[in-house]
Amino acid sequence: MAEFRLPPNSRIDRDGKVHEAPAGATNVRAFKVYRYDPDGGGNPRVDTYKVDMDDCGPMVLDALIKIKNEVDPSLSFRRSCREGICGSCAMNIDGANTLACTMSCADVKADVKIHPLPHMPVVKDLVTDLTQFYAQYASVKPWLQSRTPAQPDRERLQSPEDQEKIDRPSACILCACCSTSCPSYWWNGDRYLGPAALLAAYRWIVDSRDDATGERLDALQDPFRLYRCHTIMNCTEACPKDLNPAKAIAEVKKMMVEREHL
Amino acid sequence: MSLRSPIGRALGRGSAKSGVSHWWVQRLTAVALVPLTVWFAFAVVHLPTSDHEAVRAWVASGINPVLLLLLIGALTWHSALGVQVVLEDYVHAKGLKVVSLLASTFLHLLLAAAGLYAVLRIAFTTGPF
Repeated sequence: MAEFRLPPNSRIDRDGKVHEAPAGATNVRAFKVYRYDPDGGGNPRVDTYKVDMDDCGPMVLDALIKIKNEVDPSLSFRRSCREGICGSCAMNIDGANTLACTMSCADVKADVKIHPLPHMPVVKDLVTDLTQFYAQYASVKPWLQSRTPAQPDRERLQSPEDQEKIDRPSACILCACCSTSCPSYWWNGDRYLGPAALLAAYRWIVDSRDDATGERLDALQDPFRLYRCHTIMNCTEACPKDLNPAKAIAEVKKMMVEREHL
Repeated sequence: MSLRSPIGRALGRGSAKSGVSHWWVQRLTAVALVPLTVWFAFAVVHLPTSDHEAVRAWVASGINPVLLLLLIGALTWHSALGVQVVLEDYVHAKGLKVVSLLASTFLHLLLAAAGLYAVLRIAFTTGPF
């Protein structure tokens, strides 16, 4: 059956270490952060860091960097661009997947709870293993497949209307917020491609310059790869770039049924 | 532990090249069930009396047996497809998965056969035709 309970070594100790704010701080907020060190033995725990917000940037990532720099250098998380374009700092904040760098602490009521992306293997603390996620992205062949030779003196042209179709889907930064928020991906992530990979597949299926539309649809036509999507829509809800993977998947299903039945 | 490459694992055994008809039939039966269930609920509420004879007479009269056959067919088919997806979603132990898929399929066939037989039997044994 589906495992509804975490295995014993994954159950979280909610009362981890508490790091108090510096004396004299008046504007203090508590950050409750998931900690797990596979080398240290022991179960995951939630540590509390009390941060002086008068001496901290506004975003959740600012607080994490401050904690790592000034309080606890053992805290691990990924980050790079700090402006929502690299997708590195995707994590579960206040119960929803989003980017730490674009999530304002002020938008969180009460304590700021920070966990790694759900249902992924944890490498350490907030760092998850995304190997399978990236492999699934690669499996949809996210590159141009054209049978039309490129003209030596110009780009492959595209009408503004055709560009419009790929404009939003191309903005995906592969942060994995959508796929790791999807229950169907949690239960069948080994075979279901997940919203991110399917959005990427859609982006190439509707690209007017691509000539492999049929092969791409063939590769998706599978009870698990595509049809594990049950229109739960957590993906669209979670996307920090305001993209709509659920609609892209629905469009792919529509193309499938038009190809076969209509 | 497997040393298979991540892309090899993601590609697995490849696409089954099916699933469209399953999806399509599930929607067809859903659309069919809208008028059929509304008709059924309406008709049952408006039976003159709710005794056995009144129900038998209603089942056998006019177009009712045809619509009932369609209702039972669409309902069990739709349910079979839906339960199959639920089992595929949640049951991962291999043996249990096969057993539960078989059990669900046979149960739905049994329900369909019993329902269809009951309607036909009433229709053909209750006069006048």
